[in-house]
Amino acid sequence: MLLIRCPYCQEERPEIEFSYAGEAHIARPLNPDDLSDESWAEYLFIRSNRRGLHYERWLHAHGCAQFFNALRDTVSDKFETTYKIGEARPQVKK
Amino acid sequence: MTINRKETHGRINRDKPIKFSFDGKIYSAFDGDSLASALLANGIHLVARSFKYHRPRGFLSAGSEEPNALVTFDRGQGRVTSNVRATTLEIFDGLVAYSQNNWPSLKFDIGAINDFFYMLFPAGFYNKTFMWPKSFWDKVYEPAIRKMAGLGPAPIDEDADKYASLYSHCETLIVGSGPAGIAAALSACEKPGRVILIDEQNEFGGSLLSTPNLTINAIPAWQWLKNSLAILKGRQNVTLLARTTVIGYYHDNFLGAVERITDHEKDINQNKARECLHRIRAGEVILATGAIERPLVFPNNDRPGVMLASAARSYLNRYGVVVGEKIALFTCHDSGYEVIFDLADAGISIACIMDVRDQVSDNIIAATKTRGLEIRTSTIVTNTSGKFRISSLHASRINDEKITSTEEIICDCLLMCGGWTPSVHLFSHSKGSLKWQENLGAYIPDTPNENTISIGACNGTFGLTDIMTEADSGQSKYTVDDMDFGSGIIAATFPTKSDPAKIKAFVDYQNDVTEKDINLAVREGLKSIEHVKRYTTTGMATDQGKTSNLNALQITAHAVAKPVQQVGLTTFRPPFTPTTFGALLGGKDGDTFHVTRKTPIDGWADDNGAIFEPVALWRRARYFPREGEDMLAAVNRECRATRESLGIFDASTLGKIEVVGPDAAEFMNRMYTNPWMMLKSGSCRYGLMLGEDGYIMDDGVIGRMAEDRFHVTTTTGGAPRVFRMMEDYRQTEWPELDVWLTSTTEQWAVIALNGPNARKLLEPFVEGIDLNPESFPHMAVREGRICGVETRLFRVSFSGELGFEINVPAHYGRALWEVLFKAGQQYDITPYGTETMHVLRAEKGFIIVGQDTDGTVSPMDAGMSWAIGKKKKDFVGKRSLNRSDIVAKGRKQLVGLLTDDPNIVLEEGAQIVADPNQPIPMDMIGHVTSSYWSATLNRSIALAMIKDGRALTDSDIYIPMADQTHKVRVSTPIFYDPMGERLNVL
Amino acid sequence: MKYSALSLFANALSGHKKWPQQWPDATPKKSYDVIIVGAGGHGLGAAYYLARKHGITNVAVIEKGWLGGGNTGRNTTIIRSNYLYDESARIYDHAVDLWDGLSQEINYNVMFSKRGVLMLAHSVHDVQSFQRHIHANRLNGVDNRWLTAEEAKAFCPPLNISKDARYPILGAALQQRAGTARHDSVAWGYARAAAALGVDIIQNCAVTGIKRGADGAVEGVETERGFIGAKKIGVSAAGNSSVIMEMAGLRFPLESYPLQALVSEPIKPVMPCVVMSNSVHAYISQSDKGELVIGAGTDQYVSYSQRGALHIIEETLASICEIFPLFKRMRMLRTWGGVVDVTPDRSPILGKTPVPGLFVNCGWGTGGFKATPGAADLLAYTIAKDQPHPINAPFNLERFTGGRLIDEAAAAAVAH
Repeated sequence: MLLIRCPYCQEERPEIEFSYAGEAHIARPLNPDDLSDESWAEYLFIRSNRRGLHYERWLHAHGCAQFFNALRDTVSDKFETTYKIGEARPQVKK
Repeated sequence: MTINRKETHGRINRDKPIKFSFDGKIYSAFDGDSLASALLANGIHLVARSFKYHRPRGFLSAGSEEPNALVTFDRGQGRVTSNVRATTLEIFDGLVAYSQNNWPSLKFDIGAINDFFYMLFPAGFYNKTFMWPKSFWDKVYEPAIRKMAGLGPAPIDEDADKYASLYSHCETLIVGSGPAGIAAALSACEKPGRVILIDEQNEFGGSLLSTPNLTINAIPAWQWLKNSLAILKGRQNVTLLARTTVIGYYHDNFLGAVERITDHEKDINQNKARECLHRIRAGEVILATGAIERPLVFPNNDRPGVMLASAARSYLNRYGVVVGEKIALFTCHDSGYEVIFDLADAGISIACIMDVRDQVSDNIIAATKTRGLEIRTSTIVTNTSGKFRISSLHASRINDEKITSTEEIICDCLLMCGGWTPSVHLFSHSKGSLKWQENLGAYIPDTPNENTISIGACNGTFGLTDIMTEADSGQSKYTVDDMDFGSGIIAATFPTKSDPAKIKAFVDYQNDVTEKDINLAVREGLKSIEHVKRYTTTGMATDQGKTSNLNALQITAHAVAKPVQQVGLTTFRPPFTPTTFGALLGGKDGDTFHVTRKTPIDGWADDNGAIFEPVALWRRARYFPREGEDMLAAVNRECRATRESLGIFDASTLGKIEVVGPDAAEFMNRMYTNPWMMLKSGSCRYGLMLGEDGYIMDDGVIGRMAEDRFHVTTTTGGAPRVFRMMEDYRQTEWPELDVWLTSTTEQWAVIALNGPNARKLLEPFVEGIDLNPESFPHMAVREGRICGVETRLFRVSFSGELGFEINVPAHYGRALWEVLFKAGQQYDITPYGTETMHVLRAEKGFIIVGQDTDGTVSPMDAGMSWAIGKKKKDFVGKRSLNRSDIVAKGRKQLVGLLTDDPNIVLEEGAQIVADPNQPIPMDMIGHVTSSYWSATLNRSIALAMIKDGRALTDSDIYIPMADQTHKVRVSTPIFYDPMGERLNVL
Repeated sequence: MKYSALSLFANALSGHKKWPQQWPDATPKKSYDVIIVGAGGHGLGAAYYLARKHGITNVAVIEKGWLGGGNTGRNTTIIRSNYLYDESARIYDHAVDLWDGLSQEINYNVMFSKRGVLMLAHSVHDVQSFQRHIHANRLNGVDNRWLTAEEAKAFCPPLNISKDARYPILGAALQQRAGTARHDSVAWGYARAAAALGVDIIQNCAVTGIKRGADGAVEGVETERGFIGAKKIGVSAAGNSSVIMEMAGLRFPLESYPLQALVSEPIKPVMPCVVMSNSVHAYISQSDKGELVIGAGTDQYVSYSQRGALHIIEETLASICEIFPLFKRMRMLRTWGGVVDVTPDRSPILGKTPVPGLFVNCGWGTGGFKATPGAADLLAYTIAKDQPHPINAPFNLERFTGGRLIDEAAAAAVAH
């Protein structure tokens, strides 16, 4: 069970309080009607599914009920950092 | 019974003699014995049969690594446990155990015929045969193979015990309470943090329990242990957990541990949990899990009486049990001598000492000579004899890997010492990396992946002095009187004069994997250690290879002629030892498996004979049968009563979300297909919600309570996902919207009144709302009071009749229901359940999301284009509605169905074809989504999704069932009151 | 050497010293006609069918670890084809057709056991959903029939059909010719059969890149052991599919999740069939060794760690004991994890890709084992003909653009 730091609560809490919410930084297009079917499908379905550092979203469902972003290594499952919605994505340290 | 006991040895309580039974025979023992030590004290070595060859087996070890001595532990009905290791089973007065995997008896086991025909059962034999004739596989071979499965008996009765679980947190978790673990705990308890010390055994002390002759700081080991435990017990910040096995080491220093609470207690206490799962989150984990002695692999190394040297030491020193009268030792490591010295010092006759090595240290030679013993160097065991217990062995001298001479030696016990394997199981679970330690012939921890420290033997540190120093972070505050632990060589394969094909030198005892099986696997090209494991099943028995993995690895490396570290290592997999399912449930069974959500009115329904159905986590009243009624009769009555006069329905399970804020309408506009900006306060609208993929996700009636406030309802099962989706968009896509969401599902009880007399019943109880149709039209919502209680009163109808949904604070729900029910007697008020609700709505052609739609239905498919705000620029899912396959022809559309024979009620899920005479596979054009007998219409009705179905209206289609084909006419999905006039009743 | 009772007996007499290697360790050639990336059952099977059915024997199967070490060797071995949609029913039933007779065809007993798969209905909605499946299966020629709770109990005696259960069993759908197979043997059997036809099996050789020519078409793969040329590459890499496709510059609609499974200690026969429950969420069968083989849902987050959490195991066992309270005192012997690649509609992607010469077989999620021979056969066909077979044509990548998803799970959506 992962230990996850909620950037709103500023606390590390166990994974069962949280709900995974998919890849992060996939913004909904502002004008969907202007998109081609291909671009719309890209938004809906295409995911980086990165092996390694992965930007993703979590919901502190049984806590503050806030969505937040995280940078986590999908090979070690270790969190690099978590940050609030709207904050710039942290750069991946090479 | 004292014949095999040493009065001078052991920690057993000789003041408490007890009786126990094994295979129906009564034996004596003492409190403090394990079943293994008790049986050995009675001279019993034969206790089990192996899995494949049904070979007679005894005790290999004295601990949880035991592969052989598995028994069935029987505490009475519902308390029978299979495959229990006799070496870890604490004995109590009256304990009953049986041997297993034998028939008709342990001594005369028919299955042992497999041992005779072993040549036909090499590793992977089943891949190579049982293929012809093909039909024999299903009928003959496979049933026969399946019948042979298993070790212990399958359960017959439900478990009579209960289990518990809890969460624990600590700064320091120490696993293992040998000298390293105790020393670490003594250090850790001086710091402010919480300390948990765990040991799988009933007593703390680990290896110290078997080495009373050592001294620590000039104090005898057992006294030091006692003193140390007294200190630890006196500390507020220390929790000691004995009989507790850490089963797995998971992410971020989360560990699971199972405590065995009652299995060792004589009397059964119904109120006590049998086991408890501890879910532990630790700041730092100190692993002090020790090491496991390795057997040696030589022909017939599996006879009862052949055991690990360390086991004999434990049986002697801990239990006061002598494992034989003439004991031989076969070793390649100095540590084997410590055991022989303890045995010799206790006056036990030593048959011979065989050391693979050509040289042994002077200290050992001197210590051996002092005891009048001699060492045969360069000597190996090349065979053993004895049917149910070893009676002799062949000692062969080797020179340059060749046998030069062989001598038969009489013995009744043979001890093996093949060196030590650090217990890195938990370290590996945590994804710490391992490194090969050549001098140990084993893997030891390299880089930890968590905040983990490995100390003592599990870290490859042997010898008490070094262990204590390491455990004490190098402070060396301990002085230890300890024989040098010494060293050894790794000897996994030995020369033989026999035909290797005929030798059975066991590597994995329980699964009967021999050296030649491993060699066969390699010969056949299965060279990866994982292939060897899977092909031979080595390491896959209930001991998970604790004593066999390293031997298998060495033999494989030898066979492929590569260094061990290039062959790799199989993955260590949780749990460390087999773990009761019940303990892992942590009490989540029966009523507590999943909570049952009940409405405030559920109790009334229960009192009034409702039949319930599960809907998501809720239970809902399905119908209210009267005496002698089946479901159909009850539903017909409920439907008629509602249409003719008045029905009352508990709609409290509907999901409810309060959407509030200056931008509430804009938010609703984006979330739902419908337009919301112009909806007036006090009005309701049916809302349709899509996923971004354009498919119908949820629906419900939504009331605008004020300019900035909406009362949203959702489907019963959909409420959590709708709320989450709304929150997701609110927080992450449209943070600029000033809007707030609150789940109010459980705040409101909802009573639906439907039927021509609904208003008449309601009127006298309502204050502050004019129910007159002109001022309170259909699809309006008002706030006021009912019976003096605040209410949100919706005029809506899911039945087609005049209808009201009365929302009151949940705790008034039942009281209001009872008032209305009592007053409604004048109208013959009839309570109805979900089934009648379904029929009434189907007569009106209203869909149920999840029944008539299935996650692949667009609003156009469902005939609900009217619910889409045509002028809206965007809403969730809108873009997907223009995708090529969504607007293509041939999509399934919602229609009504009327059977040719009005008495036939179609089966829900039945498939529809245009041509019933086509061959299979048929071209299916749709399926029945809802189907009922309509008491109102006195005929059956159905809803269906059919490809281009609306264009088929008034034409015939067919429904081929297994026994007959139904002819059906496609119709509009609205069967009753198409103009909606019944809503206008006064 | 042909495997048979006779050859087993003959080899027994000679001490089993004469068995040949089941597959040789191949050294990579400079180039092949076809390279398959991933030596699981799907990839090895595809190589076998390329050689057997299409005469393409200059084939290499390249594996980063040991063959059969991915999901082939980590699943709960359930085989069934009682899927709802025509497309799914066809592709899975094609696999079941091939399972039946596979042992004889490849001369390797994969122990396909038609012990029957029971799918339990716990609610009115489950009943409706299963009836829809059963009716569709009947008209598609796929066996699947309805059992009452009592009939289900007779078929599988350990079931708890008490009406007082938290999720009472209202009935079950039974596919009789469904069942299990021995997972490792499938990989080994295909490897041996493919190698016998000339296919090179190259283990411990990770693919590190996919080389494309000026025209965009594939030219071969970069590996830990150097460049290997091929004009056609089939990727059958399960959980790592996204990683491989990215090497060709493609982004896929896939996410990889940890999936755990577990076995109990071996006990005498007690479970005669496979039982699955979608509502209570678990599945179980008993292996020929006597272990109860148990699985359930994935962990929630994307991960390649082949490692899951304890609370998932707790939930899985709670579900099993809800259906089988009898098993509560049994003991869990071993747990393990795999990485499953999941598409948005939980149906696979099997066909061509936008890159000429690059073919893909992925997205089988938690259900890939049952499809092994079918997917392998169809991947081989698609590679050999450079066009999909009608059975796998609907499982193309384009469906995510057009919207013609094949969403079995949505069809079983929770109601009301």
